[in-house]
Amino acid sequence: MKSLAELEAIRNKAQEQINLRKNKDGMRVVVGMATCGIAAGARPVMNAFMEELKKRNIDNVVVTMTGCMGVCRLEPMAEIIDTNGKRFTYVKLTSEKVRRIVAEHIVNGKPVIEYTIGQFESKN
Amino acid sequence: MKDISLHLLDIVQNSLAAEASRVEISLKADNGGKLEILIKDNGKGIEKDILHMITDPFFTSRNTRKVGLGIPLFKASCERSGGMMHIKSEKGKGTEILATFAIDNIDRPPLGDVGETVSCLVMMTPEVEIELVITAGEEKFVFNSFEVKRQLGDVPLDNYEVITWIKEFVNENVNKMFGGVLNEITG
Repeated sequence: MKSLAELEAIRNKAQEQINLRKNKDGMRVVVGMATCGIAAGARPVMNAFMEELKKRNIDNVVVTMTGCMGVCRLEPMAEIIDTNGKRFTYVKLTSEKVRRIVAEHIVNGKPVIEYTIGQFESKN
Repeated sequence: MKDISLHLLDIVQNSLAAEASRVEISLKADNGGKLEILIKDNGKGIEKDILHMITDPFFTSRNTRKVGLGIPLFKASCERSGGMMHIKSEKGKGTEILATFAIDNIDRPPLGDVGETVSCLVMMTPEVEIELVITAGEEKFVFNSFEVKRQLGDVPLDNYEVITWIKEFVNENVNKMFGGVLNEITG
């Protein structure tokens, strides 16, 4: 059974890491979390981003949410804003796609073009 | 929406949009076979003259489009499960949404992953106090994100380890409280 006391250990561990990396100037992930996004499965997508980043010990990427991105039929959607401010809009996401995006785009800096809105719309 | 926890995530977004600094989510299973869900915030409230319109899917406060489905979907979900929805709101004070479900109704959606809903909310808006209260019979469980914050000191609430812990902590307690009470949870 989990207890609040466990937070003490998490705190100690996290404090060591905070001192190591103070920069928060990494990429930003913005997940669409309006009714349309949630109904289409945005919550597991957001969770997948978080778990994948945690697994890889990446803590300078901020995961946030936004409302409806305006193309409800392509939800779940997420936008990745890289360090140069360039935006990539990924559509029809699943946890599997998120894992690939984290590995290829966030870690290796190579966007997964086939999952982006431009590519998707030109094929469908 | 596939389950109740997704409705919760969706409805609480309204509270956040209304600039609430505190949101209370209460899940209560009573002995009469009713599941009561209360979402209470201290946001800016809803004007009296539009309060009766917000369950209409073709009403929304946004100007980007003409539909707003969060509340209508939640309402439809509880009404087809033998329950009902009440909304109380006062301008400047906050809003309260009470939704009931008949636990044994075949159309009641499963409760879903409440832990993930709560952890998601905390991660998105660590500055908002999120309280979850679960009541089953005489037993009560309370989770409060600011209590976690106090324990953490200068470690941020949206730290991934913390978020994972919140999700698991909440779910363990949901299972403990509702095991055998809601038929989808074996406890």
